Order: sequence, then C-alpha cells, then structure tokens
Amino acid sequence: MKPANDKWGFRAEGSEQINLDKADSSLYRRLLNREPGFAACLFCGSCRATCTSGNEGMNFRLAHLLLQRGETARLKSLTDPCLLCGKCTLVCPRNVNIRAVVYNLKIMLHEPF
Amino acid sequence: MYQHNRYQKGKPQQVAVVGAGVAGLSAALTLKKQGVGVVVFEKDESPGGHLQQWHALFPDREPAAGVLDLLKQEVSEQKISLRTQTEVAAVTPSGDKFRIETSQGEQNEFDAVLLATGFQLFDAARKEEYGYGIYQRVITSAGLEQRLGHGGTGLTVNGRPPHRVAFVHCVGSRDEKVGNHYCSKVCCVTGVKQAITIKEHFPQCEVLNFYMDLRMFGTGYEELYREAQEKWGVMFIRGRVSEASQMYDGTIQLKAEDTLMGRPVRATVDWLVLLVGMEPEKRAQLWARSLGLRTGQAGFFSSPEKFLHPSLTTVNGVFTAGACTGPASIPESVSQGRAAAISVLEFLAKKDEAGK
Amino acid sequence: MNLSDHPFFVWPFVAGMAFLCIYLPAVYLKWLRKTSARDRKKISAAIFSVKTIRAIREIFSECLLHRRIFRFNPTLGYMHMSLAFGWFLLIVVGKTETMLYTRDGFNPPYLPVFFKYFYPDHIPANFKGLFFLTLMDLLLLFVLSGLTLAIFKRFKSKFLGMKKSTRHILPDRIALTFLWLIFPLRWLAESLTSGVYNAGGFFTLSSGRALASLLPAEQLLLPAWWAYSIALGGFFVALPFSRYMHIFTEAALILLKHWGVKTTQRANGYTDFEIHSCSRCGICANVCQLSADAGINHSQAVYFLRDLRYNRLQPETAENCLFCGRCSAACPVDIQVDDIRLQQRTNRANRCAPAIRRPAAQLPGTPETGGVLYFAGCMTHLTPSVKEAIRTILNRADVKFSILDEAGGICCGRPAMQAGFRQQAESIIQQTTEMILRSEASLLLVSCPICYKVFNEEYQLPIPVKHHSVFFKELAAAKPELFKNSRKRITYHDSCELGRGSGIYEEPRELLRRVAHLVPTAHEREDALCCGGSLANLAISPAQRDLITDTAYEQLIAPAPDYVVTSCPMCKKTFSKGKRDIPVVDIAEALQMALTPEEKPVRVKVGKKAEVLA
Ligand SMILES: Cc1cc2nc3c(=O)[nH]c(=O)nc-3n(C[C@H](O)[C@H](O)[C@H](O)COP(=O)(O)OP(=O)(O)OC[C@H]3O[C@@H](n4cnc5c(N)ncnc54)[C@H](O)[C@@H]3O)c2cc1C
Ligand code: SF4
Ligand code: SF4
Ligand code: SF4
Ligand code: SF4
Ligand code: SF4
Repeated sequence: MKPANDKWGFRAEGSEQINLDKADSSLYRRLLNREPGFAACLFCGSCRATCTSGNEGMNFRLAHLLLQRGETARLKSLTDPCLLCGKCTLVCPRNVNIRAVVYNLKIMLHEPF
Repeated sequence: MYQHNRYQKGKPQQVAVVGAGVAGLSAALTLKKQGVGVVVFEKDESPGGHLQQWHALFPDREPAAGVLDLLKQEVSEQKISLRTQTEVAAVTPSGDKFRIETSQGEQNEFDAVLLATGFQLFDAARKEEYGYGIYQRVITSAGLEQRLGHGGTGLTVNGRPPHRVAFVHCVGSRDEKVGNHYCSKVCCVTGVKQAITIKEHFPQCEVLNFYMDLRMFGTGYEELYREAQEKWGVMFIRGRVSEASQMYDGTIQLKAEDTLMGRPVRATVDWLVLLVGMEPEKRAQLWARSLGLRTGQAGFFSSPEKFLHPSLTTVNGVFTAGACTGPASIPESVSQGRAAAISVLEFLAKKDEAGK
Repeated sequence: MNLSDHPFFVWPFVAGMAFLCIYLPAVYLKWLRKTSARDRKKISAAIFSVKTIRAIREIFSECLLHRRIFRFNPTLGYMHMSLAFGWFLLIVVGKTETMLYTRDGFNPPYLPVFFKYFYPDHIPANFKGLFFLTLMDLLLLFVLSGLTLAIFKRFKSKFLGMKKSTRHILPDRIALTFLWLIFPLRWLAESLTSGVYNAGGFFTLSSGRALASLLPAEQLLLPAWWAYSIALGGFFVALPFSRYMHIFTEAALILLKHWGVKTTQRANGYTDFEIHSCSRCGICANVCQLSADAGINHSQAVYFLRDLRYNRLQPETAENCLFCGRCSAACPVDIQVDDIRLQQRTNRANRCAPAIRRPAAQLPGTPETGGVLYFAGCMTHLTPSVKEAIRTILNRADVKFSILDEAGGICCGRPAMQAGFRQQAESIIQQTTEMILRSEASLLLVSCPICYKVFNEEYQLPIPVKHHSVFFKELAAAKPELFKNSRKRITYHDSCELGRGSGIYEEPRELLRRVAHLVPTAHEREDALCCGGSLANLAISPAQRDLITDTAYEQLIAPAPDYVVTSCPMCKKTFSKGKRDIPVVDIAEALQMALTPEEKPVRVKVGKKAEVLA
C-alpha cells in the first residue's frame, strides 16, 4: 500500500523531521522527577568535551535533547559508553548532576515501568 | 528641580564620589557643573578605572587612550578635586551626613555619597582546567588588550606571528561552579572585537571563538559580529571549552564539543584567550554591606526602584552608578554616572528645602 | 523442691527460652549453608585453633563490655555495658548461687531466674550466702542504672553524646517494651517477696519492706512474678524479629570474622550475619555528614541495614551514601556496610551497563618506559596544576618517568564499580591493565586516591603502586636538599579514599612537616570529614553536596592556615567550587612551592650557540 503522503516521492515517516506532535516525553519526565536540576542544561557541550568516553560516542548533551524531544530510540547507544567517571559533572556550568542523570537513565532504559 | 544659585548663597553642599572610573568621573563632572562641591576618591594612582587598561574600544575599535585623555582633560578643566591613591575604607551615617573614612585613616563628612566602585575582573586562575597561571600561553582578555598595544608584538611566538588563537567565552560568568550565574554582557563583543584586532595585526592567523551564546546587545555589536565573519574570517564554534593542556612545544591544546556538528573538537593554538567576566568589587562590597546597602544575588548593588530610579540605594543619600550595579559598557556607565548625578541633585535640593 | 508443685507462671519464660533455643540455631544454620564452600572450609579449618580463643576474647570485650562504644562516648558505653554485662553477670552469678544453694549442678533453667520465688526465706547462714545476696542486688542495681540511662536517652539523646536516637519500627518497639519491663518487674517481684518473707539482700529487702507497708504485698506477689516471667518470655519471642537479634548474632559474626570469612561481592549467608548484627545503636547516623549537614536522614548505615533486613530497601537508600567510611570506622560492631551497600547496588545496576571494549587501536598510545609510570587519572585533567607540579618535582629529582594518560583520559574503573556496574568496571580494569603492562614500567605512580585504591585492591599488577604522597615522602627523605621549609601555616585534609579507604595517614603528614608548618584541625585521620565530592553518592543533589563541602571547608580553615593541603584532585576540585578565601592545594603543589631554587647552569658563548658548562 502506498502511504498517503507519498505525493513528492518520499514519506514523512523516517524523515528527518522532529515530530513534536508524536513526542513521548514520559521518560524525560521520570528523569526530571529524579533529578530536577537537569532541566537547567544549556547544551553547551562541555560535558561531551571533557568526557572520558566522548570519542566513543558518549554524548550527554545530545541524549538530553533527544529526551526532551521525546525520541528514545538512540538513547541507549548514546549512553552505553559512559564509565560514570564524573568529570562531566565537575565542568558543567549549570551544575547539572550529569553523572547521576546518566546513571538513572541507564537503569531506566533497562527497567521499563 | 535644582536651582543653580541656591548653592552659591551659602557654603555649597559636598558630595563624595567613590571611584574615578568613567562612571564616577562623569557623575563628578555633572555635579561640579551644577555648582556642587565634589571630592572624588580613587584608590589607584590615576583616574580612569578599567578604561586605562583597554587598547581599543568596541564597537568601533576607537583607541581607548583618546577617550581617556578627553575625560581627564575635562576633569582638570573643571578642577575636580581628585584624591588618588586614597581608598575609601568605610562610609557611615553621621547625623544627616555621611562620614567617609579612607584607608589612611582620614575622616570627612559629606551631604551625599555616590558609589562608582566599578568591577573587578574574574580571577581566571580559579578555572584551573583552563590552565591560566600554569601555562604561559593561556591569557585573559585583559592581558590580551595589553599585548595588542604595540602592533601586537606581545603575541608573536618566537618572533613569528601566531598561527592560531582561540577565545573562550564566558570564563567566570554563567558558571555556577565559580558561583557566578550571571552574564557579564561585555565579553562577547570584546571577544569579537579582539578577534578582529588580531586579524588586523596578523591576517594569516586563524582565530576561533568558542561560545555558548553570542550576546550582541548594543548598537553596532551585531554589525561587528558580521564583520568578523565576513571580512575577517573569524570562525565561531558553538561549544564551551572544557579544558586545556600544554603541549611539549608550549602550544595549548583545548577540548570542546562542536555542538552544531555534534562532535568533539580538539585544537592546538598558540594562544588561548579567556574572556573573563566582571565581578563586584569585593572590598567595597564589604563596607557597603555594613552601611546597609542591598546587593542583588550576584553581589552587585541594586536599587529598590530599579526601573524608574536605578541609581537609588536602600540608604537614603547614597547613590550608585556604573559597573558596580552590574556589568555595563562604557557608554552605559557614563549615562548611569550622569543620571546618578541628577538623582543626587534632587536629593540635595530636597535636603536644602528641609533645612530652611 | 519438686517439679510437679511449681507454679505455672514460669511457663512464659520457659516457652520463650525454648523458642529461642530452637529458632536461633535454625536460622544460623540456614545462613551458614548460604555461605560459600570456601568459607565453610575456612571455618572448619579454623574452628579448633587459637583464632577461636581470640574471637571469644573479642566477644567478651565487644558484646559484653562494649569497649568500642566506650571509646565513642563513656556514658553511652556505660549504658550498653551495664545492660549487657550486668545481665550476663546476673545469669552467671544467679546460676552459681542456685547451684551452691541447691547443691545440684543440673537445676532447671528457670530456677536461677526465679530463685527468690522458690527460696523466699533464704536467709544467709554464712558469709558466702550473704555475699551472693548482696552481689545479686548490686548487679540488679547496675542493670537498673543502665536502663535509666537508656530511657533517658530516648528522650534526651544529646546527653549521651548522640545528636539523635534512631527511629524504631514495630518489632523493635515491642521488644523494647518487654526489655524495659524485665528489670523493674524483677525488682518488684523480688522486693515484694522479700517484704512478705522479711528476708533478702540490702536493696530488695529495704524496698520490699517499704512496699509491704504500703501495698497488699501478699496478693501482689504472684502477679508480679507472672508479669516478670511474661516480660522475659515476650522479649525472647520478640528478640529474633527486632534489633535485639544482634545480641547473639554479633557473637556469631565475631567468630566467623576470626575464622577468616569476609564480605564478598555478592550477598550470601555471611551478609545475613552482618545485617542482623547491627544493634541500631545509631552511632553511624551520628557521625554521618549526610544527616549532620545535608538533612538526609533515611539512608545511613543503620537505616540501610534495617530496610535490607526487613526486605523494604528502596534503591535510593542504597544510592544515597558517600562511601566516606566514617560510619564503618565508628561502628562498634565493625560491620562493613559499604561492601553490603555495594552488593545491593550491583544487584540492581550490573546488567544496565555493558562491558567496554575499545579496539586496541583507539587506546591512547602507551609511552614506553623502564621507570616510573605516572597515571594522572580523569580528575587530574581538570586540575592541571597537580600534574604540572608532579612533572616539575620528578624532573628536578631526575626521576625517569612517563605519563600514561597524557594524550587522553583513561578511567581506572572505580567510579563504575561504586555505582554497581561491576562487569563494566572489570572490562575497564582489564583494558587499563593491558596498557600498564605494555609500558614495562617498574612502578605505577598515582596522584588520585580513588584510582589508587582500585589499583591496589582490584588490579593484579606485578609492579608496586604508590600514591604520590608516599612516593614524595620517600623522595624527600632521600633527597632532602631539594626542599626547604616554607614555614607556611597549613592544615591537611585526609581524603576518604586515601585515609580511611587506604589507611595512609602518616606519610603525607611527615612530608608536609618537612616543607611547611602543619597545624591540626578538629577532624583528623579516622575522624576526617568527607569533602562532599564523593563519586559514590548517586542520589544526593548538588546543593546538598555544597552544604557538606562548606562544613568540611570551615573545619579546615578554622585554624586560619595560609592554605589547605589535600592529596586528592577530587577534593581539591570540590573545595575550589564557589568563592574560597583560603586556597586548597594538592600536596604536590605544596611540595613544588618548597623546592629550593634551581641552580642555573653556567652558560658560555661558543660561536653563535650557548652551551651549558658542566
Ligand atoms: C575585558 C573588558 C574589555 C572592555 N572593553 C570595553 C570596550 O571596548 N568598550 C566599552 O564600552 N566597555 C568596555 N568594557 C567595559 C568597561 O570597562 C566598563 O564599562 C567600565 O570600566 C565601567 O566603569 P566604572 O567606572 O563603572 O568602573 P571601573 O572602570 O571599574 O572604575 C571603578 C574605579 O573605582 C575605583 N575604586 C573601587 N573601589 C574603591 C574604593 N573603595 N575607594 C576608592 N576607589 C575605589 C577603582 O580603582 C576604579 O578606578 C570592557 C570590560 C572588560 C572586562
Ligand atoms: S555541561 Fe551541563 S549545561 Fe553543558 S551540555 Fe552538559 S549538562 Fe548541559
Ligand atoms: S561520567 Fe560518563 S558522561 Fe560523564 S565524563 Fe565520565 S564517561 Fe563521560
Ligand atoms: S557576554 Fe557573552 S561571553 Fe560574556 S558572559 Fe555573556 S554570553 Fe558569556
Ligand atoms: S551499623 Fe554499626 S554503628 Fe550503625 S547502628 Fe548498626 S551497629 Fe550501630
Ligand atoms: S559511608 Fe559516609 S555517607 Fe555513607 S552512611 Fe556512612 S557516614 Fe554516611
């Protein structure tokens, strides 16, 4: 069956577009519940820059953005490399408890509620 | 409002201005021209405040020395009583006057006090991860102003022009790790201005600015930013530098994330320039607090009527102007100085009225 | 006396006692069977050795005399001792008295307990009898004095050196009520009996006479004995379900410990012994900075062990701890609660983090060295002055060295381990081990105590591992000419991992005394405070951390030093947060400041080049 919106020869599904109408922010809200300060992140990237696993794909900034936008598919691969060394937390200008957020996120990704 | 002649009848009323930066001097000039007696206390050897340290001013890169000279000239023309090398150590109310005590122990009474104690630069050594004070080629924006002085010779490396210079925005500002959550406002445009100046001196040098947000709030600032991109090829990278280390040849390697690319960056530079922010003058803050002045969260003086009467303080008869009320540019500090002078005059007029 | 005519009131006691005699061995056996085969082998090898004798000595000094609590606070120690040791003596002396009196070694167990009831008119005919009567009364007084203190403590804990008493749960309350009743009832029953029969020791006789003159003593007599027996029986039945389970379990734990059984990575039967040995004395909560500074009052060792025991542990309780070790150091039972906490964390978290496998090509290149290999660690990348100071000193001392993680951060694995990511930590350890081995270094120098501890305990490295404070102490002793005393006034902060964690207290002090004027602070060595930065706490908020940091910093600057010295980059970073008037520096920086000025090599001009003249 041809998708309805195949007018231009491509489909909206799987497109690059962020669809806020379909965003599922439940995981984000659960995490915020646990670490409220984490909403203060201004996406400066220091955490990624200093990260011991930054070159291995660990990216808290991006993980936070995805959570906020309700896209959870890539979260596991984005946080798996974290070694919990805690450097990120020491450099964050907004005092986000990054290490604790990542820890809880890792657990929540394994313990669906 | 004020009546010029009134002050000439009896002994003119006396106002103490604390701090001879642009704000304090502008206020003193305005007051003096209205016939009020003014004494300006300045802890440094010479007047001008931080303006003395700058090489060229944003947004037009006008030489700072020219502006300073004009100001000094006017001060001497108006015969402002300037007490340099005299730090004010305490201000205490005494009847309907204020007693000013200097660090030399001298005491004098004044009808009103205007605080223009300015700011102090953030001590970059507190951000240890950037290596200021540890690595030779990590400098601050204030230090860079001085190096830019003599055709930029202060920036040459072993006699050759620098290949690459990086600026780090928000050092000591917007950073809860050092207890300063606020934006220092002038450092973004300073970084852009300094980037251009480096390019002017060394066209071959690559200049990188690492920023979180670029705050081009004033007239002409956005245009300066555009000029930096278009005309000078300054590269702006959105990402905060997390740390720096020194290589064996003395160059500095920095780490950041290029957040727009979504990938970590590593860059080796000849100079790493830290755009240090403004902090309230610590010592002035101490005695001002015991006088009963309210400061905002960040420690800068704040007015109880910040919209309509920004120069007022919580103590009647004490006024503030300039960067001691929060990060400000020179034109802003000057305007604040003049506005505060008007508030002082209103206060004196009222006092005079009541005294009759 | 004849068994058939003894009254029924002894039954509650006998039933309670019988219950204990069956229940306790049964659970202990169950736990023993849950220990590993290795542990059981250890036990059977050690059971008939001097280790047992040593254990018994410790049981006597800790379970009865409560020596460690005495050290913490003498009044509190007296309270615990009078209850435990007093009761113990009452049993032993009572039994002896009964045996002597009845000339029967095998009297039933209730006889000494209710001796006064069965032989009310026992009037000492000789000195020996009088001695026992007086002694038993003295012992009763001894126990009652402790009880008074205990009741007092419930309401005014400050008096006994405690900031607050632990909160009780229902089984504790029941057992506590019975316990508090036992001795007053014993006194009442014995007094009434003495009053009625006009015979007894100095204390019970005088109080008995007074009571008899006021009350219908004869009618009250039997009810009082009933009440006493019920209190005893009730206490015995409640005991295994309350905190008083510790009374016997602690003794068992001491035996096991002396036999060489240790806390393991996974919870097993030994853990059960540990959990049940906690008396909920609350000393741990009292030294915990979480409650003192940050208002966190639910996760201290005492509450963690309690919740674990009653199967109601919330993960957050296990996570909200700094692993500072202050509680274990103060715990009179010496429970390794950090290890038990880690077991719980690992149970939950281990599967949530995969092992790390970095392709060898991606690992930072290992420098080759035959000498000292310096591992800076992640944190030190944020405190470059520590790294630079170490570099400077090593260069000055002509030590051949290279830096393992110059090019990029490598993690030691400990933070992941503390979070319970065991398999991940092991993979990190394996990787880092490979890198160290490849360097063929002869010594691993570490400036971060967090790394140091894990290198020592989890890595099986064939080369010695030294913390820089120890390495430099030895260096300064060997080359004293390199350093001068700056006469600066300094205080020293024992980091948790180096101090309580690794037992290194004296070396840094010795080194610092050589280069500066070291002044003491209020919390030193075992009692040192945590800086609050600990990576182990996964639940505390940054603001709560700051509260802990501020208090610790205040303590360190109280003697008005020129600067504070620590030997951990994490502590340094934590203390440097916010605006600090007195700087905190690493011990390497303190040493760098004390380096004697370098003699400039004499240079001569040779043609266009400058050459060094030897
Ligand atoms: C790196 C940098 C570059 C800048 N470049 C520009 C630019 O190009 N253009 C621009 O418009 N603005 C610039 N600014 C902003 C500018 O410096 C300030 O706006 C201006 O200096 C504020 O003037 P002020 O008089 O309020 O304070 P200050 O210049 O700080 O002067 C305060 C004076 O008070 C004195 N004082 C303080 N306490 C006492 C006391 N107790 N007793 C006696 N005297 C005391 C001080 O010694 C000082 O002389 C820059 C700022 C920075 C940080
Ligand atoms: S360092 Fe802090 S503010 Fe910056 S991106 Fe990471 S979490 Fe956000
Ligand atoms: S704790 Fe994790 S995310 Fe943070 S720096 Fe370490 S490895 Fe990176
Ligand atoms: S003006 Fe720019 S550099 Fe300065 S604190 Fe604000 S955002 Fe940062
Ligand atoms: S853990 Fe130790 S100190 Fe804490 S309550 Fe139990 S026995 Fe007492
Ligand atoms: S280890 Fe430290 S933080 Fe944790 S419970 Fe014990 S004293 Fe408190």
